[in-house]
Amino acid sequence: MNHNDLVISKITGAFPDAIEETGMFRDELTVTILQEYVHGVCKLLRDDEDLKYNFIIDIVGDDYLPEYPRFAVSYHLRSMGNVHDFRLRTMVEDPDEGPKTIGDLWKIATWLEMEVYDLMGISFEGNGSQRRLFLPEDWVGHPLRKDYPLGYEEVQFSFNYDAIQEKKPYAGRRQLGDES
Amino acid sequence: MGMEQGVTRMGQLITPNDKSGAAGIVTHRLEDLVNWGRTNAMWPMLFGLACCAIEMMASQASHYDASRFGMELNRPSPRQSDLMIVAGRVSRKMAPVVRRLYEQMPEPKWVIAMGDCASCGGIFNNYAIVQGVDEIIPVDVYVAGCPPRPEALIDGIMTLHESIRQEDFKTWSLERG
Amino acid sequence: MLVPTGDTVAEVTVEELRAKMGTLMEIESEENMLLSMGPQHPSTHGVLRLLLELDGEKIVNLAPDIGFLHTGVEKSMESKTYVKGLVMTDRMDYLAPMSNNLGYILAVEKLLGIESPPRAQLIRMILVEMQRISSHLVWLGTSALDLAAMTVFLYAFREREYILDVFEMVAGQRMMVSYFRPGGLWRDVPAEFEDAVREFLRFMPARIDDYEGLLKNNPIFLKRCKDVGVISGEDAISWGLTGACLRGSGVDWDIRKKFPYLMYDQMDFEVPVEYEGDVYARYSCRMREMRESLRIIEQCMDMLPKVGKEFNLDDWKFVPPPRSTLGQSMEAVIHHFKLWTEGFKAPEGYAKVSIESPRGEFMCYLRGDGTSKPARVHFRTPSYVNLAAIPTLSKDLYVADLIAIIGSTDIVLGEIDR
Repeated sequence: MNHNDLVISKITGAFPDAIEETGMFRDELTVTILQEYVHGVCKLLRDDEDLKYNFIIDIVGDDYLPEYPRFAVSYHLRSMGNVHDFRLRTMVEDPDEGPKTIGDLWKIATWLEMEVYDLMGISFEGNGSQRRLFLPEDWVGHPLRKDYPLGYEEVQFSFNYDAIQEKKPYAGRRQLGDES
Repeated sequence: MGMEQGVTRMGQLITPNDKSGAAGIVTHRLEDLVNWGRTNAMWPMLFGLACCAIEMMASQASHYDASRFGMELNRPSPRQSDLMIVAGRVSRKMAPVVRRLYEQMPEPKWVIAMGDCASCGGIFNNYAIVQGVDEIIPVDVYVAGCPPRPEALIDGIMTLHESIRQEDFKTWSLERG
Repeated sequence: MLVPTGDTVAEVTVEELRAKMGTLMEIESEENMLLSMGPQHPSTHGVLRLLLELDGEKIVNLAPDIGFLHTGVEKSMESKTYVKGLVMTDRMDYLAPMSNNLGYILAVEKLLGIESPPRAQLIRMILVEMQRISSHLVWLGTSALDLAAMTVFLYAFREREYILDVFEMVAGQRMMVSYFRPGGLWRDVPAEFEDAVREFLRFMPARIDDYEGLLKNNPIFLKRCKDVGVISGEDAISWGLTGACLRGSGVDWDIRKKFPYLMYDQMDFEVPVEYEGDVYARYSCRMREMRESLRIIEQCMDMLPKVGKEFNLDDWKFVPPPRSTLGQSMEAVIHHFKLWTEGFKAPEGYAKVSIESPRGEFMCYLRGDGTSKPARVHFRTPSYVNLAAIPTLSKDLYVADLIAIIGSTDIVLGEIDR
């Protein structure tokens, strides 16, 4: 039994109705589970003697805007003993009521969740330190969401030099000859 | 010692005594003298932001050696420095800090925007980056490049020196800010 | 957001400051002093801000405040084609642009299901290992400079210049190379490349001896590094540390060995492991890594003439056709036009690639949605994770030790904030 099948059979054994779907793409296993099982499945994966997924690589937030449920959270887990990686995924219907935090299982997970919260706006239940991390405290919105604009500013070229010069804010100093 | 020792310069014997400072009077324009002093002992602030900071370090390290131009002394405190090299992209969160550091520097002070990001935002035309540091502080010299080579930075500094040498009383008296 | 030109930052009272810092960390005692270190501080390696709660000179509590270099790389890449997004990756970890390029390009290739020819893989490995040495040289110079050993900095930057000259020779740029492309390389290496790398291999081992001679027997350096910032292997795994920070704690883990990419499985090299878990262990790990990198480069150079001449995949769907074919083949012109106006389309799906960057595990996660632009790009950057462990490492130590710890974790702020 290879590691992919082992993961699936162990999760099904402990939580029979947790798995929504499993997928393989480019030799990567993705197991999609229901949101309420995230903490339990992670604990199982970490503590089970055969699995020992003792290392969390990353937590990634995803936004599928036109679809519903709109958000997804992917946990990339690794078993250092078995030398195996896979992706645990859960769909999040309401970003304000995200999955339960796994900061008690891996210390770094708190930080990884903070990043997802700041940039994608998915809050994790029980994560006490959710705050603005990368952006200023008074920032509004979560930039990585698909409905957040890029914030592109028009570039100044020779043909539109004057039009932009009028609007562009300058903290310029007084020049010689600028007597007023 | 009976013989007087020394070197001959322009037909005149200069003895060690003459070098003691009591040699005589030098006449010069005050403006030139002050500008000469300012250009040859310019202390940049030790202030790196991003990629360009590494090239700024390289320009002060062994290969390029900016101390040839009187700039070997990087001051970690803005209160002791008179040149700010904005080396890298300035984010929205960093902008108030940059402005505050600038205000902490004593007069006279100059700013070099090093690299494309500091000059105009560079390739990062998005929500997070200030599109040119000249939106928050006045800039004297812009250095292009992503990142500029150390030679380019040194050329920018030379350009700044050139412009300082042309300053006069009138420029000094102008309030900066 | 424009800052007014008058008085910008109002003076805050001590109570306000305490309240503000209390949101970032818990303050244990009202008696203790609060100190804000950074964001403009010479030894924080960029624009990191650390909030310290000090009892005398002892660190009671510490909270990193990051985001001063937040660049919006991930958001920007969603609006660019796969090839154009490459230039963004250079500027994240600006000490190791080649490694970032490689991580991203390997993820794109995995998503597309293509693989580059052996010559391209070998050249990639040579350049990435040279980048590792150059990155470690900057780390060595700056972290030793923080511990007041100035000479190493000047020597390390001398050798770094040589490596950057080689990069300039192959890519035309010293730092932000963008040299690797999906399916191969931007162009083949020039004829002088081999001599330059051989020369580098010849003089570099003695230079590494020089650096070690300057530091290894220096009692001040040893006192400031040994038994400072200790972390156990178990804690290091729980904190997600990778790279020299993990190997310095006795965990034998290197992506190049465990999940080999490119042709690392054919290379003969060792993974340096130290067991003390302190600043000195991380220092010696990196020093030994430089020597192992030299070994890998040498093996790649020996293999290079034995593999084929192709440095790009022969598939015009993904790789632009050579310039010489544009005048002769209509098909080439069409492909060229398609690639530069629209770019190739990637299938729907996810791809995740981990590589061993100089700082640790660099992971790139890509989600394709069938268009020519990625739907989501995410980078797991080693510095961000290693930074999170600094409060644990520096607990109950002195402020001076904190400087050594920050240096030893080898963080790059551009990579943390992205």
